[in-house]
Amino acid sequence: METVIATQWIMACYVDDVPENGGSCIKHGDEQIAIFNFARRNEWYATQNLCPHKQQMAISRGMIGSAGESCEPKVACPFHKKTFSLLTGECLGEEELVLKTYPVKIADGKVFVGID
Amino acid sequence: MSKPTVVVVGNGMVGYKFCEKLLARSAQFQIIVFGEEPRHAYDRVHLSEYFNGKTAEDLSLSTLSWYSDNGIALHLDDPIQEINRSEKTIHSLKGITLKYDYLVLATGSSAFVPDIPGIEKEGVFVYRTIEDLELIKAHAVNAKSGAVMGGGLLGLEAAKALIDLGIAETHVIEFAPRLMPRQIDSAGSNMLQMKLSQLGLHIHLNKSTAAIAGDKKIQSLRFNDDSQLAVDMLVISAGIRPRDELAKLAGLHVGTRGGIVVNEKMQTSDDCIYAIGECALYEGMIYGLVAPGYEMADIVAAHLTEGEKSFYGYDMSTKLKLIGVDVASFGDAFITEPDCRTILFEDTHKGIYKRINITNDGKNLLGGILIGDADAYNMLLQTVNNKIVLPPDPKDLILGSRGGETNAGAGVMSLPDDALICSCEAVTKGAICSAVSDGGVTGIDGMKKCTKAGTGCGGCVPLVKDLIAGTMKANGQYVKNVVCEHFDYSRQELFDLVKINGLKNYDLVLDHYGKGDGCEVCKPVVASILSSLWNDVIVKQEVIQDSNDRFLANIQKGGTYSVVPRIPGGEITPDKLIVIGLVAKKYGLYTKITGGQRIDLFGAHLSDLPLIWEELIDAGFESGHAYGKALRTVKSCVGSTWCRFGLHDSVTFAIEVEDRYKGIRAPHKIKGGVSGCVRECAEAQSKDFGIIATEKGWNLYVCGNGGSKPQHAQLLATDIDKETVVKYLDRFLMFYIKTADQLTRTATWLNKLDGGMSYLKNVIVNDSLGLGEQLEEEMQALVNTYHCEWKEAINNPAMRKRFAHFINAPDEKDPHAQFEPMREQVRAKEW
Repeated sequence: METVIATQWIMACYVDDVPENGGSCIKHGDEQIAIFNFARRNEWYATQNLCPHKQQMAISRGMIGSAGESCEPKVACPFHKKTFSLLTGECLGEEELVLKTYPVKIADGKVFVGID
Repeated sequence: MSKPTVVVVGNGMVGYKFCEKLLARSAQFQIIVFGEEPRHAYDRVHLSEYFNGKTAEDLSLSTLSWYSDNGIALHLDDPIQEINRSEKTIHSLKGITLKYDYLVLATGSSAFVPDIPGIEKEGVFVYRTIEDLELIKAHAVNAKSGAVMGGGLLGLEAAKALIDLGIAETHVIEFAPRLMPRQIDSAGSNMLQMKLSQLGLHIHLNKSTAAIAGDKKIQSLRFNDDSQLAVDMLVISAGIRPRDELAKLAGLHVGTRGGIVVNEKMQTSDDCIYAIGECALYEGMIYGLVAPGYEMADIVAAHLTEGEKSFYGYDMSTKLKLIGVDVASFGDAFITEPDCRTILFEDTHKGIYKRINITNDGKNLLGGILIGDADAYNMLLQTVNNKIVLPPDPKDLILGSRGGETNAGAGVMSLPDDALICSCEAVTKGAICSAVSDGGVTGIDGMKKCTKAGTGCGGCVPLVKDLIAGTMKANGQYVKNVVCEHFDYSRQELFDLVKINGLKNYDLVLDHYGKGDGCEVCKPVVASILSSLWNDVIVKQEVIQDSNDRFLANIQKGGTYSVVPRIPGGEITPDKLIVIGLVAKKYGLYTKITGGQRIDLFGAHLSDLPLIWEELIDAGFESGHAYGKALRTVKSCVGSTWCRFGLHDSVTFAIEVEDRYKGIRAPHKIKGGVSGCVRECAEAQSKDFGIIATEKGWNLYVCGNGGSKPQHAQLLATDIDKETVVKYLDRFLMFYIKTADQLTRTATWLNKLDGGMSYLKNVIVNDSLGLGEQLEEEMQALVNTYHCEWKEAINNPAMRKRFAHFINAPDEKDPHAQFEPMREQVRAKEW
C-alpha cells in the first residue's frame, strides 16, 4: 500500500523579497520559516528559522555558502556560527543538531514553500 | 601450543601502560589483569581535576571495551590475595585461582598515614583514589575550614582541591622547614609560600602534629609546640608507601623501608615475577612519577618479547602548575658551590625565583629550580640532558636575551636527534621530525596520533609544536594562513589582488580567485577588504556581511539588537543625552554606559532600528560602528580644559582623531585613547593606539589591547606635535589594514611581525619601505569618502525594507524575542 502525504504549497513571498545569496524569514501561522535565494547556484532552500543550538530565531539572517569538495550548500547561524546543510538540515559540526527543511518552488515571481 | 599467560596485578596508570606496551610489541600473550579498585585505570596525575568538573569517565585512560577488544581479561574490584610461587598460581579475593607464566606486580602505592592519636576520627581522609575524592567532596559540603598534612607536591594538589571545593579557610601543615622539600630549595620555597599565601592558603612550616582532637569527629589539630588549629577536616598527604605486602607474603625480596627490589630488567628475586611503578625499588629508590613508571612498563614488555632494554634510573625533573603558580625542578637542583656555580634570579614583586647550577667551567647546565615562571623549563631540561654547551652569558637562559627578538624555534632545532622530547611516551626529537618530514604530520593533533608524543602529562606540547613548525620551515614548507577552504590566499594576498584588479564585489572576487560558493568566513573577510579599499556603503552587499554589519547593529540574546550612537571622545551635550533617554524610553530599550565612553541601547527589534536611527540622526547623531570591525572609540580623559594636572587638551584631540578615522574598516576592531598627562586616565596604553600628552607634545603608543590577552601598547614616537601624530597614525593604521590576517588585533599582528616593534618603527617613522606617502594618501581617500551608514540606510527604501523580521508581515515583531524586568529596566530572557 502506498501512503500519500499531501504537500500543501503556501505562497511565502515574492522572489525579490529575498536578497540574492541571502535569506529572509516568513511567518506561517505560528511557524517561522527561513527562505534562501541561492542565486549563485540558481537554487532556493527553506528551513526552520529557529537555530536549535540556543533556540534563537535567526537562521534567516545567517550567511550561506558551500562546504567541501561536494559543495554542500549550507547556512551559518549568526549567533555562534553553527553551520547546517541546506539539503538535509544536519549540523555540519560536531553537534547532533538538525534543522527542519521544506521544499521550495518558484512560479510567476512568487516563492512557494511545501508544508506537510 | 597455548599462549603464555601474563597476569598483571594492579590496574593503575602503569599497569594499564604495560598492557598497551606489551600489545604493541606482541600478540603472543594471554593477558589477565586484576584490579583492586572498582574502576578501570584512570589518570591519577590529573586527579584534582575531578573537583573542577571532570568526571571519572573523562579521567579514564581507555574505554572499558578496550580491554575485551584487545583480548585482555579484566577483573576489577578483585585484589590478589596470595601468590604461590612453586605452583606459579595466584589466588584472588573473589576466589579465582589462575596459573601464570609471568607475573607483573603493578600494585602502586598507598598514602602513608602516620600513627597519630585520633587519626581514625571522622573527617580525616587520604588523597589517592576517586573514592577518596568522593568521600572528601561529601564531607566538604559542611566544612568551613580544612587542613592538609604535608606540603609536598601531592599535599599542595590536595590543598587546591579543598579550595576548589569551596573550603573558606585552607591550611597546609608541613613538618619540614620548607614546601616541596624534595623538589625545591628554601629560597624557592619562600617564594612559593609567598605566592600561595596571596592566594589565601595558610601555610605552617616546621609543624609536627601530635594529636587529632574531637569527640567522634575531628575538631582540631594539636601540635608538638602545644599550639592548636581548629579545622573541620584533614587530608593526609604525608608521603607514599609502596604496596609490597603481597610480594612480602610471597617471600620476594623487599627493601627495609618498603618496595619490591628489582634489577635493571625489573625482575624481582623471582625471575618470573616483575615489579613496575611505585611499588618497585630500584637501587634503593622508589620512582614516584608516572614517566619512569611507563619506562619500567616498556622494559618488561621488551624483556618478555626478547627485546633489549634496561632501566638505569630516571630523570625526576618535574614541572607543574600548583594553584596557578609554575613550579619546576630539573636535573641536579640542589648541588651547591663549590661543586658548581649557581646563578640566581629573584623578583619578589612578581613572585619569580629562578636558580640554575652550571659546571665550574661554565660550559654545561647541571640543573635548577623555577618558581613563578617556568616557560624555560623544557629547553633547560633539554640543555641538561643533552649536555648542550651554554651561551657565553648563561644568565640569558633564565632572563631571556634582553633587547632584540628571540627566536624560540631555533633553540629547539639545535637539539640532537636522540634528545628525549616526550618522556612519558619516550619520543625523541628525531621521531617527531621524521613524523613531519616523512609522515606528513603538520599539527599537534596529528603528532599525538602518529607518535603519542604529548599524550601523557602534556608538558612537552609547546616543545613539540616548536619542532613541528621548525621542521616544516626547514623543509621549505610554507606555513600560510589561508582565509578558508574557498580561497587559497592569505588576507594580505587577497587584499593586494582585489586592489590591483579593481574588483568591487564579492562574486567577482570569488570567480577570479576562489572556488565553491563561499562561506561565513571568507564573505566577511572580502567584505572588509572591499570596504577598506573602496569604502562603498556596505549594506549594498548585505549578504556578505556578518549579521551585525548586515543590520548595522549588534545582535543580542533573543535576536534583538543594540544601538550605539557615536559620541566622539566621550563628550556629549545635555540635549543629546536627553534625546538618547527619550529614544530609549519610547522603544523600551535597556541602557548602559559602555567601556568606551558611550551609551549602548539594548533590546531593539529589527523593524524598530530604522525608526530609532531616524530620531537619533535628526538630533545630530551618527552611527558608532559598534557592530563593525572598524574604529570604535577614542577614549579621552578630561584634559587641560578642566583638569588641574592636564598638559594639553586631550578631549579635543580625541574628537579630532575619532572623527578622522570613524567608519574605516579593518581586519579587527580598533580602539584609541588620548590622555592629557602622564597619569593616563584615558588608559590609552591599553588601546590599539594611545596618545599621551608630554611637556613638549605627545607620545604615541601603538598595538595595545585589553581582552583575553591584555597587552600594553608600545612607544612608537616621543614628543611629537599633533600633525605628526596624525601622520604616523595614518601610516600605522593603513599598514595594519593592508597586511594583517583577518580577525587579528594590532597587538597580535605586531607579535607575529618579523622584526617586531623595531621593524614597525622603521616602516612608520623612518619610512624604510618608502611607503609613507602612499599609506597617507590611501588613508586620506578613506577619510574623504566617509559616510554615515545609517543615514544611507534609512534614506534608501530598498535597503530600509530589509529591516523587518517577517518579510511577509513587515509590521509584526518576532514574538520569540522576549524580555524580563531587571532593576527598573529590561533584560533578554535567558536562553
